[in-house]
Amino acid sequence: MQTLSSSVHDTIDSLVKSNDVVLFMKGTADFPQCGFSAAVCNVLEHLDVTFKDVNVLESDAMRQGIKDYSNWPTIPQLYVKGEFIGGCDIIKEMFQSGELQELFDKK
Amino acid sequence: MPHPIEAVMRDKLTAYFIPLHLEITDDSHHHAGHSGAKAGGGTHYTVKLISAQFRGLSRIKRHQAVHNVLAEELKAQVHALVLHLDEPS
Repeated sequence: MQTLSSSVHDTIDSLVKSNDVVLFMKGTADFPQCGFSAAVCNVLEHLDVTFKDVNVLESDAMRQGIKDYSNWPTIPQLYVKGEFIGGCDIIKEMFQSGELQELFDKK
Repeated sequence: MPHPIEAVMRDKLTAYFIPLHLEITDDSHHHAGHSGAKAGGGTHYTVKLISAQFRGLSRIKRHQAVHNVLAEELKAQVHALVLHLDEPS
């Protein structure tokens, strides 16, 4: 994407490709700094899913970069095997319907 | 008094999605003091929308359709937008 500085784009690209499950969030898994990020962490922990947490508050470039990378204006954002799954609402809906469990069983 | 941006969002969503149901809730007061919250509210919303236009669209595409319609508001001051997007049953 042209509007995105290549270094952030490459960093994100490498994060989502080298980790099975990546959550871009505000704060860390141990100390989420936003209710929406905390909610997704809770779901993942409930499902016993190991994930890489990326704290977007540590870098403005990353905070904006992930929005551009995914074409998604809000945080958190979940990636599984390089694929963007969604933000907090979608993750909660997929958890409630059982689709999220299926996704992790499959992948 | 609702924040004026609520009416702007309602008009845009109504014009674009011709919803069977549209409910906009201002959650800003729950987030006072949180980063992104502004005095006077108008920053955190929940939108429930039922529209035939969501038929055949994935969850991500439905959300992106709403993000696109509200792009200016999301850029300006709407900091969090919880979306419940359904097609008519």
